[in-house]
Amino acid sequence: MKYMQGKYPIIASTTLAREIYDFTVCCPKIARAAEPGQFVTIAADGFPLRRPVSLCGIDKENGTIRLVFEVRGKGTKEISRLREGDMIDIIAPLGRGFRLKDYKTAILVGGGIGTPPMVPLAKIYGENCVAISGFRSAANVILQEDFKASGAKTVLCTDDGTMGRKGFVTAALREEIEIKKPDVIFACGPSPMIKGVVDIANEYGIPSQISLEERMGCGIGACLVCACRTVRNGEEFYAHVCQDGPVFESKDVIF
Amino acid sequence: MADMRVNIAGVEFKNPVITASGTFGYGREYEHFFPLSKLGGISTKGTTAEKRNGNLAPRIAETPSGILNSVGLQNPGIDKFIKVELPNLKSKDTVIIANIAGFSIEEYAKICEKLDGTNVDMIEINISCPNVKHGGAAFGTSCQSAAEVTKAVRASTKKPIIIKLSPNVTDITEIARAVEAEGADAVSLINTLLGMRIDINSRRPILKNNVGGLSGAAVFPVALRMVWQTANAVKIPVIGMGGISTWEDGIEMMLAGASAIQVGAALFKNPFAAVEIIDGMNDYLDRKGIKSVNEIVKKVQPW
Ligand SMILES: Cc1cc2nc3c(=O)[nH]c(=O)nc-3n(C[C@H](O)[C@H](O)[C@H](O)COP(=O)(O)O)c2cc1C
Repeated sequence: MKYMQGKYPIIASTTLAREIYDFTVCCPKIARAAEPGQFVTIAADGFPLRRPVSLCGIDKENGTIRLVFEVRGKGTKEISRLREGDMIDIIAPLGRGFRLKDYKTAILVGGGIGTPPMVPLAKIYGENCVAISGFRSAANVILQEDFKASGAKTVLCTDDGTMGRKGFVTAALREEIEIKKPDVIFACGPSPMIKGVVDIANEYGIPSQISLEERMGCGIGACLVCACRTVRNGEEFYAHVCQDGPVFESKDVIF
Repeated sequence: MADMRVNIAGVEFKNPVITASGTFGYGREYEHFFPLSKLGGISTKGTTAEKRNGNLAPRIAETPSGILNSVGLQNPGIDKFIKVELPNLKSKDTVIIANIAGFSIEEYAKICEKLDGTNVDMIEINISCPNVKHGGAAFGTSCQSAAEVTKAVRASTKKPIIIKLSPNVTDITEIARAVEAEGADAVSLINTLLGMRIDINSRRPILKNNVGGLSGAAVFPVALRMVWQTANAVKIPVIGMGGISTWEDGIEMMLAGASAIQVGAALFKNPFAAVEIIDGMNDYLDRKGIKSVNEIVKKVQPW
């Protein structure tokens, strides 16, 4: 599918937690083409590079997409100043999303700001998935209502136990697999978490797909900066997160 | 409509705007935004004799008004380029410049020999790679090694040759003169300026390669100065680049002495930067009543 660049109206904006923003953008063509796991790049006034943000919602009927992002630096701070009614400059939809194939049941694992791309998957799988998410502390927890509304079994973990169960998502993942082994595991989050999830998936022989992050340039596969070590045709190949990813089959990724 | 055509080493470009090597791949990605036929030309991703994966990520860092990159010449190798990418590019109705790189004189010569038998329009020789045989200093940082590369590629192809100069030198005009003397048809400049950034929390350089090349708007005044000096030092055409982001920058660069220009990093923020620069330059010429873009080349009036 072709990606496009344009300025689109923000029709709703809220704050989900400290420094975590939630924009709904009206862009019907993009919404129609977008798939779970894909991302957009947002231009930040005064900064030479766009900021990649994964899709937290795709509403094809209403022609909107939902972008949930964290302020990490000056560029995302600048973007966070946009409000309802403002125009946002995006290129979308970008990258390869999750491959749902004929997987009937799934476990979704999201860590911190890796949680938003799990929401569209929960919408699709509904009762046929378990959505596990992990955050540092109660103050960082986001998107739990969205998972519940989708019908997914929703498991919340915090590192310090201030909300949900105390501990890492990997412990919860193991328990859920023991209860019912899913056809596939989808994960997004900090790299130690991803590594932990993939190890468990491999242990149980469950295929897994992971959404990766890397510093990007063009965002469309031309400048080749966002390299990710993979195996392709039996050889080591530096794939590109923006074009070959952000979602990879974890069996192809060299950790 | 002003006449936007320019001619470099006998090759006609429909306008003077070329997309810069390494920022535009082999054209496939940006074609989703606009037809490549709008461009004066395309300088392809730097291609080497064998395929390369390049450096480990992170390979990009943002800087005030610029970016640092340390891709390390990831490319599929010259044979695949000739077989797969070149035929596609040549169907796009724009000038195709094969940008190549080597780690030995023999490698440069070998790639040019292979390209000689193709329908590529021009070859741009990136001499910013380290000379592996001689301690790793870039070929482009000494007159002698720059001249040696030029001599070798000149002997291995009849295609027009553009030598792409590194700005990481004391006097870029000396290098330009040295490659002109060995038969370069044109020079292009500037490649990226070596730079660095450090994460103050981890105390690690942001780039896994520790250092990388600076480009984008931040380097424009340096690039403009070097193009001006070089255009005054050689008789062959100069292709100017480095931080060009707007049509005004393009006009400035041509006034400084560039016969054509390249646009790179600006595309990352605005994928339409190159085509907007073409339109903006054309409007400027019309407003000023200037009939041909060639009339502004090197027309700066220094004090
Ligand atoms: C990501 C990236 C990759 C590049 N790769 C190459 C390359 O392979 N060969 C080359 O000659 N120049 C390469 N360059 C340098 C550009 O072609 C250009 O000389 C430089 O970026 C200055 O122009 P700009 O400021 O418009 O980007 C690269 C630049 C960037 C940003």
